Amino acid sequence: MKLWIIIIGLGVGTYLLRLSFLAFAGGRQFPEWALRHLRYTAVAVLPALIAPGVLWPAATGGQPDPARLAAAAATIAVAVWTRNTLWAIGAGAAVLYATLALIG
Amino acid sequence: MSAFRDGLRGSIPFVFVVSPFGLLFGVVGTEAGLNLLEVMGFSVLVIAGASQFAALQLYAENAPTLIILATALAVNLRLAMYSAALTPHFGAAPMWQRALIAYALVDQNFAGSMSEFERREMTTAQKVAYFAGASTTIMPAWYLATLIGAVAGSAIPPWMALDFALPITFLAMIGPMLRTLPHVAACIVSVAASLFFAFLPYGTGVLVAAALAMVVGAQVELWQKRRAA
Repeated sequence: MKLWIIIIGLGVGTYLLRLSFLAFAGGRQFPEWALRHLRYTAVAVLPALIAPGVLWPAATGGQPDPARLAAAAATIAVAVWTRNTLWAIGAGAAVLYATLALIG
Repeated sequence: MSAFRDGLRGSIPFVFVVSPFGLLFGVVGTEAGLNLLEVMGFSVLVIAGASQFAALQLYAENAPTLIILATALAVNLRLAMYSAALTPHFGAAPMWQRALIAYALVDQNFAGSMSEFERREMTTAQKVAYFAGASTTIMPAWYLATLIGAVAGSAIPPWMALDFALPITFLAMIGPMLRTLPHVAACIVSVAASLFFAFLPYGTGVLVAAALAMVVGAQVELWQKRRAA
């Protein structure tokens, strides 16, 4: 039940965000101060969601894990360097499996 | 009709971007204990990968519904900016068309359409047709990839360490966003504050960290502008 409230709530809320200006704007625009904050939403939310789990993974009982830390470092390095999300995922997965296989 | 075909053709590369994320969401959703209907419910009703992953992660951590919705919707705030940016192009289209465009609006057809509309003169009808063509490849690819991932998910062995698929995906999405000093500053504050506030219950630390990071990003941008002036 809770899950369907989340799915439908997120679906409706997201649809309204998409529809907002297309349906109701009539040429209006965001004020500059709002735009200045909105520009940073993704880069503000996504790192906060994963940082604790990277440092203290639930899979290792909250202990920092060398394999997962190495994989995270490789992913972010390749992502910044190539600006290509799919390459970065590939690099992160490769380092994760290599280090897991090496050190168990 | 040719604008529709242009849209179809122009969006084919995006299929290869969208499909791996859909696949991964199907897999991670199944791993988190969701059934097929629930996983597909996300991908058909929400159609926004990053926020779906965010909701899934907080749901697995037993966060309260309101916190989950607030965090996942914060991830999607950029869609309101897309809506604003597309209004000059689609504002004259009939309401039912704008309602459908809103349903299908994602990063890929937004980016593809904006670059096409800036490149050449098009009528409103042609622009709508172009967007429809682009969405005709991207949407089914997203649904189908999720479905395949959800069906295959339960067959994935534990050594594949799927617990870390989500952090890797998010890190890979964050990297290309670090284009400017304010983005880097916001990212650093987001990481530091989320670690500092990790003791707060039910994912509320994420919201606090995100709010701080947004303010820091905006302030660094202002500081840069003042210095340049």
